[in-house]
Amino acid sequence: MVNPVKKNTVFRLWIGIGVFWLIFAGCAQTIPEEALQLSIESLEDRQLQTRRFHTDEKTLLSASAAVLQDLGFNINESETELGVIVASKQRDATTPSQVVGAVIVAVLTGAVMPIDKEQLIRASLVTRPIHMDDTDKSKCRTAVRITFQRIVSNTQGQITRREGINEAKIYQTFFDKLAQSLFLEAHEI
Amino acid sequence: MKRKQRFTTALLFALVFLASCAPSTRQILATQESQVKLRAIQTRVFDATDTDKMLRTVIATLQDLGFIVDKADHVLGAVSGTKLDQYILRMTVSVRPRGDTQLLVRANAQYNITAVENPEPYQQFFDALSKAVFLTAHPVD
Repeated sequence: MVNPVKKNTVFRLWIGIGVFWLIFAGCAQTIPEEALQLSIESLEDRQLQTRRFHTDEKTLLSASAAVLQDLGFNINESETELGVIVASKQRDATTPSQVVGAVIVAVLTGAVMPIDKEQLIRASLVTRPIHMDDTDKSKCRTAVRITFQRIVSNTQGQITRREGINEAKIYQTFFDKLAQSLFLEAHEI
Repeated sequence: MKRKQRFTTALLFALVFLASCAPSTRQILATQESQVKLRAIQTRVFDATDTDKMLRTVIATLQDLGFIVDKADHVLGAVSGTKLDQYILRMTVSVRPRGDTQLLVRANAQYNITAVENPEPYQQFFDALSKAVFLTAHPVD
């Protein structure tokens, strides 16, 4: 007869191996099919994230850098030859609803639930000349596209969210500020 | 009973052995595919000569695909971007002249912690890029 205790151990070992395999199989993830595919949304996103201004590329780039600074971003990388500015900032990510939820859980069960704590917000801004005029700056036309991303981590230091940002309001506000910055710089304020 | 015990011990040893014979430093120079095959998958030739324009188009394409540009270097002709969608997809694209009439565009990508070495994602990327430059992407001959 098989000893039930030993049988249990063997069973557990098999489960352990199973889990082990699953973890390792999980490592070999493959890229999702739609990751590098142009979608209808890509066009919508482009429109959302792009604006055209009646100015030359250099002026637009420096005005953009100024707006990013206004918003508390630090510039990580810039390549003016290609019209690229990369900036980021690290900020608080706590939301009242999560805090309330965690407090309720703590009161009811005594367990500490991790909540979102910090976020790294990244922005990359790219300008593209549409029409160039060497004599009159105001006749130049330049497009600017900005994209935001954020990485949120919780109170235990784990990453809870990695996402691109597609809220129309955010982009709208950014471009409003950029228009203002261009105006201010044109008048040297 | 003894047989089962021996079997489990052997299995444990096998696992420990497997774990120990593959140091993680081997990842530094590891690739799944051969160098030649990998280059064929990741490289396309375009009948264009303006490196600057191609780089700007690469940047625009990356943005269209949901990437944010991390780095761009005009002299080196390289652009890197990251796409976040619960996963991390990092991509570097380089552009360099090939002879006097063509440009060579090479892309390589990393999905979370693995290299992307199957041809389809690259094909999709070059399709998007071709559309943006209004040119056909030729495989390297």
